[in-house]
Amino acid sequence: MSKTISEKILSAKSGVDAYAGQIIEAEIDYVMANDVTAPLAFQEFEALECEPVREKIVLIPDHFVPNKDIASAEQAALMRRFVQNWKLPNYFEVGRGGVCHQVMVDEGFAAPGRLIVGADSHTCTYGGINAFSTGIGSTEAAACFAEGRLWFKVPEAIDVRLTGTFTKNVSGKDLILKLISDIGVDGANYKAFEFSGMGVNNIPVHDRLTISNMAIEAGGKTGIFPCDAATDVHLKGRVRGKYTPVGADKEANYSSVLEYDLSELDYMVAFPHLPSNGRLVSEVDVEIDQAFLGSCTNGRIEDLRVAAEILREKKVRDDVRMIVVPASTEVYQQALDEGLISIFTKAGAFVSGPTCAACLGGHMGVLAKGEKCVSSTNRNFIGRMGHQDSEVYLAGPAVVAASAVAGKIVSPEVL
Amino acid sequence: MLTGKVWKYGDHVNTDLIIPGRYLDNYDANHLAAHAMEDIDPSFASLVKCGDIIVAGRNFGCGSSREQAPLALKASGVGAVVATSVARIFYRNCINVGLPIIICDIADDLSTGDTIEIDLSVGEIYINGTGKLISFDPLPDFLLDILERGGLIAHMRTQISL
Repeated sequence: MSKTISEKILSAKSGVDAYAGQIIEAEIDYVMANDVTAPLAFQEFEALECEPVREKIVLIPDHFVPNKDIASAEQAALMRRFVQNWKLPNYFEVGRGGVCHQVMVDEGFAAPGRLIVGADSHTCTYGGINAFSTGIGSTEAAACFAEGRLWFKVPEAIDVRLTGTFTKNVSGKDLILKLISDIGVDGANYKAFEFSGMGVNNIPVHDRLTISNMAIEAGGKTGIFPCDAATDVHLKGRVRGKYTPVGADKEANYSSVLEYDLSELDYMVAFPHLPSNGRLVSEVDVEIDQAFLGSCTNGRIEDLRVAAEILREKKVRDDVRMIVVPASTEVYQQALDEGLISIFTKAGAFVSGPTCAACLGGHMGVLAKGEKCVSSTNRNFIGRMGHQDSEVYLAGPAVVAASAVAGKIVSPEVL
Repeated sequence: MLTGKVWKYGDHVNTDLIIPGRYLDNYDANHLAAHAMEDIDPSFASLVKCGDIIVAGRNFGCGSSREQAPLALKASGVGAVVATSVARIFYRNCINVGLPIIICDIADDLSTGDTIEIDLSVGEIYINGTGKLISFDPLPDFLLDILERGGLIAHMRTQISL
């Protein structure tokens, strides 16, 4: 019988001829955890009194590092001690890593056909390069540290058929914000998005990662793109080991079909306090206090290039702070080499090294009561970036950069 | 049988509301409990009693994978969560930390302060006061077993006979 990409990967990893709805136990390729989720996992793992599956564990401090206070320093120290105790090979110290999902991509852990779990909900990001990847909790991460496998319910899939090509600086962020607005924040609960159609070839890999990253914001278990020539180019020189691309069968069963013509999309912004509150940027009038560019959603080099091009020879408005946080050390170095950091600082933006920063209200741009931020991140929940009476507006990098100049949420074309 | 007073909430109560990101720098259970539901209901942490039950609408626990969310509720005394639907990762996390989680469309029948009784193995909720009895699909045996042992790790320890 025909299969979706999800059914094929979970069948291959479980050794079972698996279809949607079945519960299977599968071998994972990697289990990732960060400085907020790993300490709880360590506590649970120690209770099992066994050896860890060393080569499958990837630990990346990113949420509250460089340590923002003593409590977060203690959590990061727990990570370091665990890595030393068990002699784990895959640990990325501050200065040599960055936001966990970008590091998983930069360092070649994420690859087509792999099954990757992570104690962070945005683990679904690697679907952008044809992996089945999904978020789990700390206790399940501990179980994976011990056994290298986990049970899964094979998800039903939603076929997202794409045609056309993006116009202007419209990007993957605008597509996913439109999609989430169409189906709601629980529109894909327990399901996988699988992207198909000629439009896929017109979406660069970094945008696919952005789209897959936010599958969870519709409740999705993952969001998977097929592997194509662009994927192979992206993986060259960075992927660890061999990989096996997985495509869907023509007659595969999907629970529903969504269709988007990329050429018809325009800049989107999601209003507080749900990612599904998407509106057209051209129809809004919102003054901002802060513009944030970064995160596992839109902190890649291509995002920085788009923003830098808009900010070149311009100034961030006097009453606005712009904060730029490259998603990884690799991205940061590349931005330095290309002169992008200099463009940001000359424009009056603050640039930091890679970290999750203000995305989850940890540090580096936390909002005061009543403040509004247009942000390239993934969540705009109440209190997400600071005070419970602050507001986060989600948008793509072009809109974030343009808004920093204008002092209100606008598209770059109106500057 | 679980019996407790109801705390009722709406749809899409996300994990940032259950435990805000700013408190994730410390995973001590008492610290988490002290800030549970803080941004949606500042009175919750100081007034919740052992055995109380959270009843909510659609998509409870959406957002982050932070296991600190069910841990904060459990440590604050919450005996069970009943919601019309539950986000996937939160559902698994509840089972794994030993917090009973039930999918049942019951919120419209209840107000904060009502008392309900839950029979997990049979799959029934009894509303004290109105006498109404509502059925739900009981959890599969292997998940009930994890809950009864207090979570996934305790369950795994019995499997490998530690």
